[in-house]
Amino acid sequence: MKNFENMMKPHFADKHLLGIEGLKEANITALLDLAEKKIEQSRRDTKKTDVLQGRTQINLFFESSTRTQASFEIAGKRLGADVLNMAVAHSSIKKGETLIDTAATLNAMQPDLLVIRHHSAGAVELLSQKVNCAVINAGDGRHEHPTQALLDALTIRRNKGKLARLTIAICGDILHSRVARSNIILLNIMGARVRLIAPPTLLPAGAEKMGCEVFHDMEEGLKGVDIVMMLRLQTERMQGAFIPSAREYHQFYGLTEKKLSYANDDAMVMHPGPMNRGVEIDSVVADSARSLIREQVEMGVAVRMGVLEALSNNWLSKNKGGA
Amino acid sequence: MSKHKIFYNARLIDPVEMTDSTGGMYIGDGKVLDIGSHVTRDYDAKIAVEYIDVKGQILAPGLVDMRVFMNGVGNQTLKNTGVSAAAGGVTSLMSMPNSEPIIEDIALVEYINGRSKSVSGINLYTSAALTQGLEGKQMAEIGLLKKAGAIAFTDGRKSVQNSLLFKRLLEYAKSHNALIIHDVEDKDLAGDGVMNEGLFASRLGLPSKPKIAETILLERDLALASLTKAKYHVSQISCAESLNAVIRAKSENAPITAGVSINNLTLNEFDIGEYRSFLRLEPPLRSEDDRMAMVEGIKNGDIDVIVSSHDPQDPDGKRHPFADAAVGAVGLETLLSAALRLYHSEGVDLPTLWRALSYNPAQILGLNVGYLKTNSPADFIIVDAEHSWKVERTALKSQSTNTPFENRILQGKVLATYIDGHKIFELGN
Repeated sequence: MKNFENMMKPHFADKHLLGIEGLKEANITALLDLAEKKIEQSRRDTKKTDVLQGRTQINLFFESSTRTQASFEIAGKRLGADVLNMAVAHSSIKKGETLIDTAATLNAMQPDLLVIRHHSAGAVELLSQKVNCAVINAGDGRHEHPTQALLDALTIRRNKGKLARLTIAICGDILHSRVARSNIILLNIMGARVRLIAPPTLLPAGAEKMGCEVFHDMEEGLKGVDIVMMLRLQTERMQGAFIPSAREYHQFYGLTEKKLSYANDDAMVMHPGPMNRGVEIDSVVADSARSLIREQVEMGVAVRMGVLEALSNNWLSKNKGGA
Repeated sequence: MSKHKIFYNARLIDPVEMTDSTGGMYIGDGKVLDIGSHVTRDYDAKIAVEYIDVKGQILAPGLVDMRVFMNGVGNQTLKNTGVSAAAGGVTSLMSMPNSEPIIEDIALVEYINGRSKSVSGINLYTSAALTQGLEGKQMAEIGLLKKAGAIAFTDGRKSVQNSLLFKRLLEYAKSHNALIIHDVEDKDLAGDGVMNEGLFASRLGLPSKPKIAETILLERDLALASLTKAKYHVSQISCAESLNAVIRAKSENAPITAGVSINNLTLNEFDIGEYRSFLRLEPPLRSEDDRMAMVEGIKNGDIDVIVSSHDPQDPDGKRHPFADAAVGAVGLETLLSAALRLYHSEGVDLPTLWRALSYNPAQILGLNVGYLKTNSPADFIIVDAEHSWKVERTALKSQSTNTPFENRILQGKVLATYIDGHKIFELGN
């Protein structure tokens, strides 16, 4: 009987999606499989279903974001949820109410799904402990951005047929990037080989102990690579504090056709967006046939639909089963 | 006047002679009248005395804590601080100037000194600001403040970044024979870091500060102290590299001493776990190797002082994500119990521990406390080193309960605290 119950359990049974860390290969595969099924739905003329009908989804963004918020909003709406966007300015939070008070207030509105982005690492987890609904981390500080890593994984899987044993280079501002962190963890779980290519000033402490090979040279680092993942370099970090200039950065770390030629012939290019064309990536590369950048955006909606549905089901089954 | 008392059958800890032996103590008129192995149940005091059986428990000097923050200087604050201190066996403490208002005014020093003992119930001394407004730009009135009764000069949590000013401060303080106590952190290297730099911070995605931020300013201070021969005490070191710098300076006879927070002796960065904001501390909790180096520093006497770094925070200040949460933790009540971990599990003997907790800080501050000899003040504590207790927030006497030891089991508890021979705290009351 016990074994049978185990077999019936969905492969992703968590209450929240706070990060990639702690997930197992089967959990990730289950989420990717579910997301894969959602791609078709978004390509139809009639995109809406009633999977989440009657459910309330609140997108709570303490840090402004256009793309991620839109992606979560569309994902929720295509599944039939009532979606509400709440932008909370950083300053008003700092002045008044504590994060825990905010959580209590929201919780009283009885949402079913909370999508949260916050400038502080650990903030989403803190909120998840204080509410009674599913919480999805849409980015917390430099910590994690799990749906981005999942959408990247889905994009890679669709183009390369697998994740295991691929060699994937993540290039650029690793230090400040939650996208890099979630991707490093996910790709390691899935058995890919991860390389980091960045100047020493943009690498986190202990990077070489995170299951990655570290390079400071694009030519060396891109050799034999199947996927080149570029990261965004924030404008305020281009002016001398971390690297001397945007011009110099482009010279050594910007992805040009020439640098891409060091990678495998069938290597593909990714970028979480928004791009600084001419800084970390050349337009010729970004718009080439080897670029998966637009596909990443499409997969973003599919992955978020999958995650919303999975979490909603997990809460439903919990309430029904009384377990 | 209360009756003279004889405490017998005690385990006497003497941080001067460095002994741990059975004996007793005879007190009267607020002073120690006799102490040693010859003070027993049969001791002939020549007058009527009360005999108290200590039942083999520790009898030792009350602790002297040279790093305690108070939010203000009002009666309630003084009282609360005294209550927490007494419960933790701290009989003398020095408050830091980082209160509201900042302690940089002669009248304020006199105001505190004039009533601190009567209101707090303990020996409460105040330090004063080293620089005006603790801003690290201009000297505070060191000479006048010292005359008014400030026992040391410090900017508390803040470090003087300007090397020229710091050199002048040392030179000037020396001419007044004043002690400078300094926190060491290079502001630029520390940046917006909130925990120790390393793999664990990278995993948590928290901005971090490297150990070199501490060491580089410490090295500067030590070089300047050695140059000026001024009395310098580094308030809290936290890593092996800093300890090495202190050892080197001492071997070159620089007039320096060093302290460490009880937190850096008993906790490491992994205790932060999943963003526990009560563990947001300065200096940040470091690696286990650094913690062990700090313990070695105490064992070998290279680190002179253990402080509680008692820093009460409003509960709301801690109800934030880690990086946004207020810094600091209460520590007076748990200081000794936590320090006894070093005795129970790290091979530090009790006289060595007491040296860092009572005798050395008193000597550095120039206070005639921290030891028990004939004619010294009868400031002492009775301690059950084995008593296990769980640190529950509701069990603390402090108004603020932001303890990093929450829900931990500590071994060792103060049974009673005496000041001038008067019992001001007894466990269970």
